[in-house]
Amino acid sequence: MNKSRRNFLKIAGITAVGVTAGKFIPAEVKDSTAQLISKNSGLLKKGTAVKTDSKVRLAMVVDLRKCKEGCTKCIDECNKIHNIPNFGESKDEIKWIWKEPYENAFVDQENFYLSDALKNKNVPVFCNNCNNPPCVEVCPTQATFQREDGIVMMDWHRCIGCRYCMAACPYGSRSFNWRDPRPFIKNINPDFPTRTKGVVEKCEFCDERLSQGLPPACVEVCPEKALAFGNLNDPESDVRKLLKENFSIRRKPELGTNPEIYYLV
Amino acid sequence: MLEYALKGNKKYWSWLFLLAIIIAAGFYFYMKQFNYGLGITGMSRNISWGLYIAQFTFIVGVAASAVMVVLPYYLHDYKAFGKITILGEFLAIASIIMCILFVTVDLGQPMRVANIFLYPTFHSLMFWDVLALSGYLILNVIITRVTLDAEHKSIAPPKWIRVVIIISIPWAVSIHTVTAFLFAGLAGRPFWLTAILAPRFLASAFSAGPALLVILCLVLRRLTKFDPGEQALKKLGLIITYAMCLNVFFILMEFFTTFYSGIPDHVSHMQYLYEGLDGKARLVPWMWTSAFLSIVSLLFLIIPKLRNNNKILFITSIIVFLSIWIDKGLGLVITGFIPTPFGKVVQYWPTIPESFISLGIWAIGIFLISIFYKIALSIRREIEV
Repeated sequence: MNKSRRNFLKIAGITAVGVTAGKFIPAEVKDSTAQLISKNSGLLKKGTAVKTDSKVRLAMVVDLRKCKEGCTKCIDECNKIHNIPNFGESKDEIKWIWKEPYENAFVDQENFYLSDALKNKNVPVFCNNCNNPPCVEVCPTQATFQREDGIVMMDWHRCIGCRYCMAACPYGSRSFNWRDPRPFIKNINPDFPTRTKGVVEKCEFCDERLSQGLPPACVEVCPEKALAFGNLNDPESDVRKLLKENFSIRRKPELGTNPEIYYLV
Repeated sequence: MLEYALKGNKKYWSWLFLLAIIIAAGFYFYMKQFNYGLGITGMSRNISWGLYIAQFTFIVGVAASAVMVVLPYYLHDYKAFGKITILGEFLAIASIIMCILFVTVDLGQPMRVANIFLYPTFHSLMFWDVLALSGYLILNVIITRVTLDAEHKSIAPPKWIRVVIIISIPWAVSIHTVTAFLFAGLAGRPFWLTAILAPRFLASAFSAGPALLVILCLVLRRLTKFDPGEQALKKLGLIITYAMCLNVFFILMEFFTTFYSGIPDHVSHMQYLYEGLDGKARLVPWMWTSAFLSIVSLLFLIIPKLRNNNKILFITSIIVFLSIWIDKGLGLVITGFIPTPFGKVVQYWPTIPESFISLGIWAIGIFLISIFYKIALSIRREIEV
């Protein structure tokens, strides 16, 4: 834990650009962000091109062999800290992490003869924070934008709710606030904004935690340590090591989106 | 010129009053939607665009179709269209206003719509579509205003207006092309990911739009002294025939590529449309109705004797319009989302508020067409002022 915590502190600086999303960020973090920006000018630019030359390329590795069936710790934690409402029905549903049967998560695999382990596997799915995000490409207001480190962010104050990003996302990762979510949040976490009706939202790799040097909440709470998070451009990072030693797959890579969530099967 | 819209007989005012009631009902439901959110519609996390965007897509086609009368009249000096060109242009104006309204009611945060202009985003097709549509609206407002004004004063229209009219011709093509690009550029939605989408949009637009114009002309001829002229009607019938043939041909091409290649991602959408998927088949009867209507319309159009009979042409035009409305205004947009990116079949059907809001916008369009045509025909003294 300590080791990974140090790693996160290392990348924290660069990822501490949550201010652009208009989110609440403690003053001291804002200051350090300001310092960092002056040092690394251009980091705040809302780019859209593929930035393989960027120093930091954040990605997640999900080890499906470790991920326990029936466990929803990551989902619960995410819902709790991100003020995700529970409407009790699927039509208006908002979800950042959830589980899908393997054949639904990997529709393109079309493999009828799956191993027993995978056949009944429920796979955690998130926003892939694509390297080449189609949602960012189509957004008419840049309310969804990509940071230098790859995270695809949402500006909930700018989003006009046209839902073009939802049509463009090949992964069904985006949720829309079909109605006011606030009455449906059990306990509001005051450290994270609630959303208004009429805007789109999704997983942002816990940018608010990264800016404080913490790993994404799902990674931290997973009792099986099935999730790893880190910098793909650093050959020494946990994620790179895992990818080097294991066979991994991604969801719909053939579409050219370059999804940044890797699954070990 | 607007004063002509304010004078009229009892029939005219009752008609406008009836439309106003429908508009008021739509507005009432829109206020409900404004308060509650878009959850009041049948749209969901999985099917995030519904009737509104589908209507928008269909009506952009109607707007673009004005070019089918403008082009022959101004570019080829086809005099027979002299009386209906202005009707086509006014139809375009009313349609674009409907398009703007349909997109606006679809927004989750309509008060922030200015963000599109405050943060112009060139890599978003939505930005270009907004530009294309508003440009087309402005062009047609200028054209109708200037040409009608000249007619009103019995003088020749200024020469520069010809330039504006010529610009409006490719512009009309552009609005429907860019609207097709909204859909056809999305890698994750195989149903729309087809290079023939824009040509298909244009072909369907150039059949449904002139069909609507035929309907309007014949209704006007019945109710007023207005006469579009036999030659104009015949020519419109011919335009519809060619466009409808192309439209059906393009749809068949989609069928070929989809089913012969057999790529599951592409086949599944078509399956949902025409035979149902996972036992869910809400659109199937609609799509077969559309297919049946288009075949019937082709028969009525291709046989000259039937096409050149105005009574039959009137019915054929209604059939064409309905067939394309189902295909484009119902099937095309919704089915892009079915099955979902997870391969699941989630269905959609508009709710009552959603339907009333859509109906209200249609009523606004018809209201606008009514007063526009009233003005145009009053100036030409084809109806009693």
